[in-house]
Amino acid sequence: MRTVAVVGASLAGLSAARSLRKQGYDGRLVVIGDELHRPYDRPPLSKEFLAGSLAEADLALEPDAEDLRAQWLLGVRAVGLDGPRRAVRLADGSEVRADGVVIATGAAARTLPGTDGLAGVHTLRTLDDARALRDELSLGGRLVVIGGGFIGAEVASTAYALGLDVTVVEAAPTPLAGPLGETMGKVVSALHADHGVRLLCGVGVKGLSGESRVEAVLLEDGRSVPADIVVVGVGARPCVAWLAGSGIELDDGVKCGADGRTSLAGVVAVGDCASWYDPRAGLHRRVEHWTGARERPDAAVTALLAGGAVEPSAPRPPYFWSDQYGVKIQFAGHAAGADSVTIEEGARDDRNVLAVYRRSGHPVAVLGMNQPRLFMRWRKQLAAAA
Amino acid sequence: MMIPACRLVDLPRGEAYRLDIDPPVSVFHTDDGEVFAIDDTCTHQDASLADGWLEGCEVECPLHASKFDLRTGAVDAPPAKRPVRTHEVHVEDGMIYVRLSLDAPNLPPCVAARLAGGPA
Repeated sequence: MRTVAVVGASLAGLSAARSLRKQGYDGRLVVIGDELHRPYDRPPLSKEFLAGSLAEADLALEPDAEDLRAQWLLGVRAVGLDGPRRAVRLADGSEVRADGVVIATGAAARTLPGTDGLAGVHTLRTLDDARALRDELSLGGRLVVIGGGFIGAEVASTAYALGLDVTVVEAAPTPLAGPLGETMGKVVSALHADHGVRLLCGVGVKGLSGESRVEAVLLEDGRSVPADIVVVGVGARPCVAWLAGSGIELDDGVKCGADGRTSLAGVVAVGDCASWYDPRAGLHRRVEHWTGARERPDAAVTALLAGGAVEPSAPRPPYFWSDQYGVKIQFAGHAAGADSVTIEEGARDDRNVLAVYRRSGHPVAVLGMNQPRLFMRWRKQLAAAA
Repeated sequence: MMIPACRLVDLPRGEAYRLDIDPPVSVFHTDDGEVFAIDDTCTHQDASLADGWLEGCEVECPLHASKFDLRTGAVDAPPAKRPVRTHEVHVEDGMIYVRLSLDAPNLPPCVAARLAGGPA
């Protein structure tokens, strides 16, 4: 292999580039990113960076001394992939031909239809998004967060600490019920009320009112919630439209084997855009977590360099974290398959718990709130049992 | 400075012992029976590496995914970018002693600010 192109210059792309060098790949390495920025860390964007306690330089993922001997093409978007020639077409009309391609184009924040061009309405995914939101939050006022998932909850928590008046609107009866299940979704989302942040659940958003700038969020039950700033945190969709016509199989993201290999030889996919086969569950799923973007490229690069001649090693159970209202929230495993949840340590009213999810008596997931030590023990046990 | 940490028999393999000095230092007993001492605080964010995931000669921070090499202090994975300090370890008469490094520690911004007496 003489040229490898990594499409996507965020954590998954950078991790893939690092894995390539670490695993002995010595050829030409081209990293293509549609943002102008060097790889940066996203988790602080809704927390420390938004709060102003971390500066942009602190977000850099590369230490000063790191040199991956890569050619960085930044600020240029990949618009197509010629499958048979493995040529990545770029928005500026040029193309990069490669022997191996790593697809790491991530996901983009979903928006609300009809809100384009309305000032005061934000999504939060990129550094530029975070800069714009930070500038507005610094003016204070009434913030309405649409979506009570992790991004929404973290923005609400940060904005509350900055002194804003905050309301969270969630369409589902319980926020976070998807990732955490009903019981623990209730416990974690109770953090909002603990701090005087209003949480409106079980009601959808009909639209936004305002001429040039947002004035209120209109709910489906007829209520209107006044807003100076609105953050839309309703999930993300994989950035795979550019792969149309490439011959790569798509299915809510790039459909991959258990080692990141796509349906096209010499092409692997990693990070939020990739839907990996999970042999334990017997299905494909996209895991939109930082840890997956960090760890899975190792396996994908091994598969790429070996041409599929090695058995993929079983990935660790998915792991993610969140920080809200000063509480460290950690979760590993899959809540969906559980038939019971028990609190093993701490008290739910103190928002200090270690909860274990089980299926037929076997642990399948674990949640910690301010319990990093116990959580790590359970996380290890979970990985060993898997 | 030599500091007595704990007795070797009281520190099973695969476990860590945290010395509550400022900044804290942790002693790790690996599964292979080696003993190492490093700064306990992750260089990325305030987290105790003694609570982390010990595998071979590497410990993974309990909060995020950065891994530190117990032998050199080097970090091999983001989000941390700076190594932790390593300290010399001596075992004498069954007691583990730590000789503190004279280098400046690489503390995360919030902890460094606290130690400097500034806002957390």
